[in-house]
Amino acid sequence: MTALTVPALSLVVLVGASGSGKSTFAARHFGPFETLSSDFCRGLVANDPNDQSATDAAFDVLQHIAARRLDAGLLTVVDATNVQQHARKALVDLARAHDVLPVAVVLDVPEDVCLERNRARGDRAFGDHVVRRQRDALRRSLRGLTREGFRTVHVLRGVEEVEAATIVREPLRSDRRDEHGPFDVVGDVHGCRAELETLLERLGWELVRDDAGRPVDAVHPEGRRAVFLGDLVDRGPDSPGVLRLVMGMVEAGHALAVPGNHENKLVRALDGRAVQVSHGLAETLEQLAAEPEEFRAQVRTFADGLVAHLVLDDGRLVVAHAGLKESFHNRASGRVRSFALYGDTTGETDEYGLPVRYPWAEEYRGRATVLYGHTPTPRPEWVNNTMCLDTGCVFGGHLTALRYPEREVVQVPAERVWYEPTRPFPTADAPAEADGTGVTRRDPDVLDVTDVLGKRVVDTSLMGRVTVAEENAAGALEVMSRFAVDPRALLYLPPTMSPCATAADGDLLEHPAQAFEAYRAAGVREVVCEEKHMGSRAVVLVCRDAATAAGRFGLPDGATGVVHTRTGRPFLDPARTEELVGVVRDAVTGAGLWGELGRDGEDATWVLLDAELLPWSAKAEDLLREQYAAVGAAARAALPAAVDVLARAGGAGRDVGDLLARTRSRADDAEAFTAAYRRYVWPTDGLTGVRLAPFQVLAAGGRTGGATYEERPHTWHLAAADALVAADARGVLLGTRRLVVDLDDADAVAAGVAWWTDLTDAGGEGMVVKPLANLVRGRRGLVQPGIKVRGREYLRIVYGPHYTEPGNLERLRSRNLGRKRALALREYALGVEALHRLVADEPLWRVHEAVFAVLALESEPVDPRL
Amino acid sequence: MLLTLTTETDAASDLGYLLHKHPGRVQQFEQPYGVAHVLYPEATDARCTVALLLEVDPVGLVRGRGPRDTGFSLAQYVNDRPYAASSMLAVTLGRVFRSALAGRCAAWPELVDRVWPLEVHLPAVPCPGPDAAARLFAPLGWQVEATPVPLDPQVPAWGDSRYVDLRLRGTHRVADALSHLYVLLPTLDGAKHYWVGSDEVDKLVRAGGSWLGTHPARDEIVRRYLAHRRVLAESAVARLAEVDDAVADAAEDVTTDDDVAVLPDAAAPAPAGTPPLAELRRRAVLDQLRAAGARSVVDLGCGQGELLGLLLDEGFDRLLGVDVSPRVLATAARRLRLDTLPDRVRERVRLVQGSVTYTDARVAGFDAAVLMEVIEHVDPPRLPAVERAVLGAAAPATLVVTTPNAEHNVRYPTLAAGTMRHHDHRFEWTRAQFAAWAHAAADRFGYGVELLPVGPVDPEVGPPTQMAVFHAAAGQETSR
Repeated sequence: MTALTVPALSLVVLVGASGSGKSTFAARHFGPFETLSSDFCRGLVANDPNDQSATDAAFDVLQHIAARRLDAGLLTVVDATNVQQHARKALVDLARAHDVLPVAVVLDVPEDVCLERNRARGDRAFGDHVVRRQRDALRRSLRGLTREGFRTVHVLRGVEEVEAATIVREPLRSDRRDEHGPFDVVGDVHGCRAELETLLERLGWELVRDDAGRPVDAVHPEGRRAVFLGDLVDRGPDSPGVLRLVMGMVEAGHALAVPGNHENKLVRALDGRAVQVSHGLAETLEQLAAEPEEFRAQVRTFADGLVAHLVLDDGRLVVAHAGLKESFHNRASGRVRSFALYGDTTGETDEYGLPVRYPWAEEYRGRATVLYGHTPTPRPEWVNNTMCLDTGCVFGGHLTALRYPEREVVQVPAERVWYEPTRPFPTADAPAEADGTGVTRRDPDVLDVTDVLGKRVVDTSLMGRVTVAEENAAGALEVMSRFAVDPRALLYLPPTMSPCATAADGDLLEHPAQAFEAYRAAGVREVVCEEKHMGSRAVVLVCRDAATAAGRFGLPDGATGVVHTRTGRPFLDPARTEELVGVVRDAVTGAGLWGELGRDGEDATWVLLDAELLPWSAKAEDLLREQYAAVGAAARAALPAAVDVLARAGGAGRDVGDLLARTRSRADDAEAFTAAYRRYVWPTDGLTGVRLAPFQVLAAGGRTGGATYEERPHTWHLAAADALVAADARGVLLGTRRLVVDLDDADAVAAGVAWWTDLTDAGGEGMVVKPLANLVRGRRGLVQPGIKVRGREYLRIVYGPHYTEPGNLERLRSRNLGRKRALALREYALGVEALHRLVADEPLWRVHEAVFAVLALESEPVDPRL
Repeated sequence: MLLTLTTETDAASDLGYLLHKHPGRVQQFEQPYGVAHVLYPEATDARCTVALLLEVDPVGLVRGRGPRDTGFSLAQYVNDRPYAASSMLAVTLGRVFRSALAGRCAAWPELVDRVWPLEVHLPAVPCPGPDAAARLFAPLGWQVEATPVPLDPQVPAWGDSRYVDLRLRGTHRVADALSHLYVLLPTLDGAKHYWVGSDEVDKLVRAGGSWLGTHPARDEIVRRYLAHRRVLAESAVARLAEVDDAVADAAEDVTTDDDVAVLPDAAAPAPAGTPPLAELRRRAVLDQLRAAGARSVVDLGCGQGELLGLLLDEGFDRLLGVDVSPRVLATAARRLRLDTLPDRVRERVRLVQGSVTYTDARVAGFDAAVLMEVIEHVDPPRLPAVERAVLGAAAPATLVVTTPNAEHNVRYPTLAAGTMRHHDHRFEWTRAQFAAWAHAAADRFGYGVELLPVGPVDPEVGPPTQMAVFHAAAGQETSR
């Protein structure tokens, strides 16, 4: 029995004359969908599997399907004669285009067997000469298959060999997904043996030395494994020493390694091939010359045997010397190897003659963490879940390792400048600290349109997949582009909020009883009623200093925070924004909130607050003037004149019926309407007159990491808000009145109703009822995070001056809340998702995706009065 | 809403015959949007007043309009329509006093041609300006008294509303007086003809037949009619503006060209025969694209496709129009007649939605890119993102940018000092500011830049529009 190995992801091309048994072979060894047969494709396009005139169309279809399967990373078998070189070339090209290995399996079966089998099948009408011609072509092809690009060629001679063969699928050499670490991933060493020894020891490794005292292995007591990112050699003082240590660790199973471009070149130099001896290779060759021939042979074998990239930890970690874009993960082709060794370049060279590297990491959208080296950078920084660990040790920088999965950076400084760089190397003043606080993240200053456009599905931890329709994304793109603040500082958008169910009768449309009842039905026992401020929702990002604002959120010079509306527009001009942010920062400091929101003994350096900004006229003065005041003015002009005319008519003895009384009542409505909007209008000058009522801490964090607070009870949030108000010397911050109601206690419920009645009778807008515990999952999924109950007078500016007429109220009661409620929950889940991604240090595009989705859902048409 | 018509003359109450409404009765007429009442507060031989009171049902107005209800803006629920004299009042007038308006009186035909001393009172007439009512009614022989209604007496800083209390006095045939009101009330009202069918609107404008032709403001009347026939745009953008309590109309208006095209030509004294600035600008851009030898061009912020149309006519090989607004792109597609162009022409041009503040692979690979009157619509803190997306990522060999020259604004008499040419402009730069930005951006991304004027150059304040042409430095063309 012959075991034929094929890479687990490959394009397997069967080669053999008609009747050689390809289809039988494929059916025996591969899954029903893995094999694409040219006969079947002829049938698809021509209703006849033997219609040779349909061959071109059939191969179009076959190649298309094969391409989609290879895109998806699925092994694919092509069952066609493939005896012609041009037919095979198309398939080799297809495999290369998808960076998978092409494999040829040749079924070299005697001619008479083929002829006999074809004769036994009535549907194959072509003559013997066809099979003969195929056999000739096959024989001529046999020797050239490897040269044609097939990485593996299996030739099965005779019926017995075909019958006896089995297929063994081999994982790709890059596929080490079963390796789970934990790992210590080490950046470019470049012959800096001393620094490497120091770094390993700092990481907790114990060095093993040979008789001469040279380190030949290292062992970690916790069983960690090292991963070397390549460029072990060249430029530095002791490349052989580094190789001896790393080769020993790899051999002992204590380390994994990928090759760098310097190892690649070293192999060629050791093979005696002509290479340009530059970039520090000369030093290595000189150092190796002092070593025994046997060692040089070991080096050559080691370096030559390294796999250009490795996929580790169930696919969550990818290492390659120069990084690797997502579509190349676990693929094999010349260009994959080239990318892994040399990176992506733009084809240009800079003023020092060095190739300009293409910033692939900024476009990286993969879920796997990618660790790489190759490009010396002063500090390690996260860019879209990738990190370059080459910090230029040989140029006098640092030797850097990243602990995975802990994501902690550990560095040792270079003992000296070992090699003068071609391009000046900006060394960082201080090393990034071992606890990771010195590690920064850098978000690209511009996102890609494919991050937001088109139909999108956003995975949320609270509600699973939330779908955003294409047209909603289109609407949101316009608003986001034209009005919103920089995505780097737009971390959250608040969800819409549903009103309570409509009161069934009486002279009110909304009443607290319905909100209480809704929560009781959802199994919530305690709620908090919070006063609904007469302003606009505001999201406030406050950083402790300008460095945090610039470093973490990319804010421009002089800005230390952002205050934006519920669609992401800046509320105030930059100067007033900064003044308001300063007020909040002083209060956060005064209330000791930086410490309270910090973690692991470290103060927080930024905090994101949910708040209400008053007065409403500060944001919506145009709307108040052009819509509400205008309606009031027209009504107050027209209705009294009508009352006058009707009164005179009545006085003259005409029967004006109840028209006069009705019109009088409407004139009163007009006054009440005017009074209702007027409560939202007061003058502001600079910050004078502006009030900010924080009521919820959304998130807080440091240079990296952070926490969200949706599971803290509202009493905690309101206590934090109270502390801010108390600490505010400027009198800008405003407290939020609240009442906790036990829904099982009838007296408490009655008190809640009375509280709302007092609040709204005094001109208040209304209240928001929330589960006291904050985020609550009920029997039927997520519970509404808040339900608003708006006051009778406030609703005039929503439903019109005369909505309180009994006939109008009755008609308005039939409002449909279903869509609004569903939207409120989906937007809530997306908002919380954005915050989770933010504090998990996920790439900006991941945060923006969720924030953008909230805006997109907001553009869904729902009754705007709800 | 209310209209009263008073006459003080002999046998004044004969007015009732002519209007075909008995002075002693209060009559109701059901209308699609409410109930019209006709009554006479006073009807003596010396003085007679007829009142038309239209009770609009604001809740009924927007109910039962099908699922599209829900997309309606809040302005459809809370608005001045029940109170202000609008096309709704005009249509009601036309129905309730149909025969009088038509100049018929079966019972007493002689009354039709009698002229009456009349006083018309409308307590809330929306007007585009304080003099508008006089401009429209005075030429027809009315003495006009228009008293502005304050927006909110308790907020004096807000000033007057757009409503006037209107009194018209004059001696007219009743048919003529009604015809004047019928046509001119909707003209004064700037709002769209909510809830009034388009056939009704057509009737309104036809009713002015006998006198409209010689009216000095004829063009204004017709234009205002046609301008407001469109229905409220139910765009996502309008909805999002409303979510944020912004005035939807302002957000919807995304002109990148019309503003400047209309304003300077209307406002600035231009020598006869000078083409409009918008056209000069397109020509200037075209010249630069030609000079650069570009065959393929991406127009970023293409708006309604004016430049694309020109470039298509000029034979460019491959054109891509990008705009952030799907609505504007739909207009561009219509204007370019994309659905009827011959295949060979159509395949040279494509329109896609995109944004200059995001990178976009679709806009890469063109010989040249154009940002014509676009950057001034971007908040200054977002400009670096635009530079990155265009010069950094798309990296065309040539980029042409045009923007207003703020110094030139003093030459526009209708433009108040310190204001900008369009309400959506986030900034307007002087020549020095534009040059500083252009040089800095060019340096950052390896481009050379040349600054050029567009339009007639004023010796003191320079041209109305300024242009920067970026050329990739040698060796940069192959980037990406």
